[in-house]
Amino acid sequence: MAGAEGDDSLYPIAVLIDELRNEDVQLRLNSIKKLSTIALALGVERTRTELLPFLTDTIYDEDEVLLALAEQLGSFTVLVGGPEFVHCLLPPLESLATVEETVVRDKAVESLRKISQEHSPVDLEVHFVPLVKRLASGDWFTSRTSACGLFGVCYPRVSIMTHTFESTLITAVMHFRTLCSDDTPMVRRAASSKLGEFAKVLELDYVKSDIIPLFTALASDEQDSVRLLAVEAGVSIAALLPQEDLEDLVMPTLRQAAEDKSWRVRYMVADKFSELQKAVGPEITKNDLVPAFQNLLKDCEAEVRTAAANKVKVFCESLPEDSRETIIMTHILPCVKELVSDTNQHVKSALASVIMGLSTILGKDNTVEHLLPLFLVQLKDEYPEVRLNIISNLDCVNEVIGIRQLSQSLLPAIVELAEDAKWRVRLAIIEYMPLLAGQLGVEFFDEKLNSLCMAWLIDHVYAIREAATCNLMKLVEKFGAEWAQNTIVPKVLGMANDSNYLHRMTTLFCINALSEVCGQEITTKHMLPVVLKMSTDQVANVRFNVARCLQKIGPVLDSSALQAEVKPVLEKLATDQDMDVKYFALEAISGMYLFNLPTYIFSETFSFSSILFFFFSFSLSP
Amino acid sequence: MSSAATTAPSVDKVDGFSRKSVRKARQKRAQSSSQFRSQDKPIELVQLPLLKDVSAQEQPELFLKKLQQCCTLFDFMETLSDLKMKEYKRSTLNELVDYVTLSRGYLTEQTYPEVVKMVSCNIFRTLPPSDSNEFDPEEDEPMLEASWPHLQLVYEFFIRFLESQEFQPSVAKKYIDQKFVLQLLELFDSEDPRERDCLKTVLHRIYGKFLGLRAFIRKQINNIFLCFVFETEHFNGVAELLEILGSIINGFALPLKAEHKQFLVKVLLPLHTVRSLSLFHAQLAYCIVQFLEKDPTLTEPVIRGLLKFWPKTCSQKEVMFLGELEEILDVIEPTQFVKIQELLFKQISRCVSSPHFQVAERALYYWNNEYIMSLIEENSSVILPIMFASLYRISKEHWNPAISALIYNVLKAFMEMNSALFDELAANYKSDRQRERKKDKEREDLWRKLEELELRRGVQNNRNDIEGE
Repeated sequence: MAGAEGDDSLYPIAVLIDELRNEDVQLRLNSIKKLSTIALALGVERTRTELLPFLTDTIYDEDEVLLALAEQLGSFTVLVGGPEFVHCLLPPLESLATVEETVVRDKAVESLRKISQEHSPVDLEVHFVPLVKRLASGDWFTSRTSACGLFGVCYPRVSIMTHTFESTLITAVMHFRTLCSDDTPMVRRAASSKLGEFAKVLELDYVKSDIIPLFTALASDEQDSVRLLAVEAGVSIAALLPQEDLEDLVMPTLRQAAEDKSWRVRYMVADKFSELQKAVGPEITKNDLVPAFQNLLKDCEAEVRTAAANKVKVFCESLPEDSRETIIMTHILPCVKELVSDTNQHVKSALASVIMGLSTILGKDNTVEHLLPLFLVQLKDEYPEVRLNIISNLDCVNEVIGIRQLSQSLLPAIVELAEDAKWRVRLAIIEYMPLLAGQLGVEFFDEKLNSLCMAWLIDHVYAIREAATCNLMKLVEKFGAEWAQNTIVPKVLGMANDSNYLHRMTTLFCINALSEVCGQEITTKHMLPVVLKMSTDQVANVRFNVARCLQKIGPVLDSSALQAEVKPVLEKLATDQDMDVKYFALEAISGMYLFNLPTYIFSETFSFSSILFFFFSFSLSP
Repeated sequence: MSSAATTAPSVDKVDGFSRKSVRKARQKRAQSSSQFRSQDKPIELVQLPLLKDVSAQEQPELFLKKLQQCCTLFDFMETLSDLKMKEYKRSTLNELVDYVTLSRGYLTEQTYPEVVKMVSCNIFRTLPPSDSNEFDPEEDEPMLEASWPHLQLVYEFFIRFLESQEFQPSVAKKYIDQKFVLQLLELFDSEDPRERDCLKTVLHRIYGKFLGLRAFIRKQINNIFLCFVFETEHFNGVAELLEILGSIINGFALPLKAEHKQFLVKVLLPLHTVRSLSLFHAQLAYCIVQFLEKDPTLTEPVIRGLLKFWPKTCSQKEVMFLGELEEILDVIEPTQFVKIQELLFKQISRCVSSPHFQVAERALYYWNNEYIMSLIEENSSVILPIMFASLYRISKEHWNPAISALIYNVLKAFMEMNSALFDELAANYKSDRQRERKKDKEREDLWRKLEELELRRGVQNNRNDIEGE
């Protein structure tokens, strides 16, 4: 290495190591985070011979320092001289993989997995495999737990060419078997969660002869925390096996898991149901999974029902096409009907978020006859989340039956949600307004929904007012400028005389949003005079927003109006007492010369002022 | 049912407006049970005569029959179902409790499996899901077990059975085995404090009577704690288990086995890191002090452990740590004190200068403890230099007048203890500060130079790579 001399003498390792040893944890942490810098300063050779041994010896530090170290070492390959030397990193990572603190250990395992990819097959066998074996037979549970996560990465790449391959693999399976029957549940849990990954790298014969018994044992462990992790392994294993072996090898165990006495295990089955469905194929799905799914939907614990309800749509979608409709109508729908009036709100809410998806699967007639009544019940549910989830998914039903069908019963629910006490619920409803407006048509909208849209403009939550403003713009895009002039512009401009300065500002924000879609005529004739009048408002926030508004609507105005009306007002504002008003007025004046450019140049000031605005609106709102 | 009392929906948590107090007000009395899948048929039990109404010879058989009847479980979530039979089982259980307390000669060999079966049937069950994901035992009401009217009597019956004079562990050990104990330990996660209290007594009796199960029980408690600390941070019965351990540790023979020392260092000490420490800290500190009273040489690893896990941001926990440390210092041997005094007082000097007045106050209270004062006095030449800078600085700066007053007293005490050293430290205070600042600057310089080097090296490496090709 050309750069390895000279400089280094300036920074003796002792000084750097002193830093790593500093009494102050924060300083140690800083140094560890700069470990790559230190290594670079030392050069690859001294990193290997001095730094790494030092790090290996000092592993008794604070967990936070160790975590940083474990992370750093994962990308240290270049710093020790490339893949050829990557095995130098194993000793410190091995110690880190035995630490008690879970996050440190997990990070060490992650780094080990990462650098395992950089080992050559031979190095893997000479250095990495022995490490995994050492960890797997460690005294304390931590090292054995870590070992579980390493089997899956190191064996596929051990060279198949070497004559020891077979025996290496057999000992690996043997070690994994020992871990699966470890007497601490922590290790069994780790083994259970990595079993699927390990199975994937083994040949099918090994899976059948060795992994299946392990799976069966873990799935009937005395601790439910182990059993529930085996469910996921079962899904992975099922995906590996040919169809004809599934019935004998995994189904009995999976069936048993779906009826486990612990609700946690049943929950896990429900949670992994679509993966399971995919793994076992259509036949088993029809014969086994359908009844199992029905039971989960009727489970005595709300947690399990919630998880199952979440899967209703995906499950139905993936049913084999030939019998899909029959299965849904005769087996699933009756359960769904019961869930609609479940006692638990989370169950209903989960169902509401997917139930609309069934309409595309069942088609128009079935939707009208069977699903619509359920939607309507959920639309009237006592919990807002349930109603909201229904509304948020209206588009799927719309595709199937058209929104007219829904509108009669929909409207009361919408009105109620529009006034919900939770602002997020109101926000979600606003976001659906343009969609509804487009589908219901202008007359229906004016009659039933217009007043709602205007009411949101004076909501006490800023996010709602902002969304309402944006909503108006989208409505005008749909219904046109003439409609705007007749219905919303007068109301918006009327708010300019409101006694609450927040409402007066809303007028300005609406004008910002509407000027472009409304066009030059409306903007110049109706909006501009109001804006100009507001430049003498007594609240500084209003005045500086006038300046910003003028800048925003400038491109829409013609140049005579700009010169004759806008410029004098801005110039007056530029001499305002208030610093921010002055600032924005000057911004606007300098912007006037750029009005012809379409790009929005002042994005920075925009964010600054929105922060200011937030500050004011929070401190002043009731 | 959990549905009636579910907490604020998840949307609420995101927007930050959920207040626990509000949530609580909405909560109904929470009761839950995961024991039942819906039963369709009403349950019928044949009413048996009272034990006292039959002859002595007939009693054992009737007793067995009653035990078998009590294996029938009722759904307490359905408050109106099977009322008559529920009452019948309750009175039968009551009768059984009296019977095992008062009768003699009832415990035949065939009674044991029946008793264990009845108890297992009733108490072993999957605990229901917790009401909320973030159950805060200090704020939230615990969820009570719905079937408690029966469960309580079953526990009482079992405790009387275990305590009965005729009880023979040698016979019972066939039925009260490792599997039984494991299920019993899992129940300690029950949210119902009444149940955990019963379990505590049951486990304590079993530990006392079944010598063969002792090591197993300790190991399983180890596993529960390790899982609690490093995996879930959720287990309701930690305090109860620690209470039992407190009495177990008390009985350890000397010298302590390696297994027990490992338990102290690798399990009990890490328990200090858990978020909900306040719920079991008293019991934990008791266990730790028990260990130190048994074997003072463990003082150093324990204090090092506490310093390692010292809370960095949670002031409430810091106050607890300081409390525990004072308990330890109360029993520390002077020879042990000398070994850890430097590390210890570096931490104490940080606590004393904590901006949180409760932390500072708790640390400064050490100077009111006569034994600790005597230790400090003996070692003032070591401790004073460590403490001085913090005390001196804080005496002028602390926002809380009460702390300033306490600091003043401590400084005064130090001055009286070793006035020569005190004067020297005061005289050097300024120059020491300057030296520290200079050191900080040197550090910054070092890192800056290193970064420059890194940049240059990067450039150089690139060039080498190109040349190498």
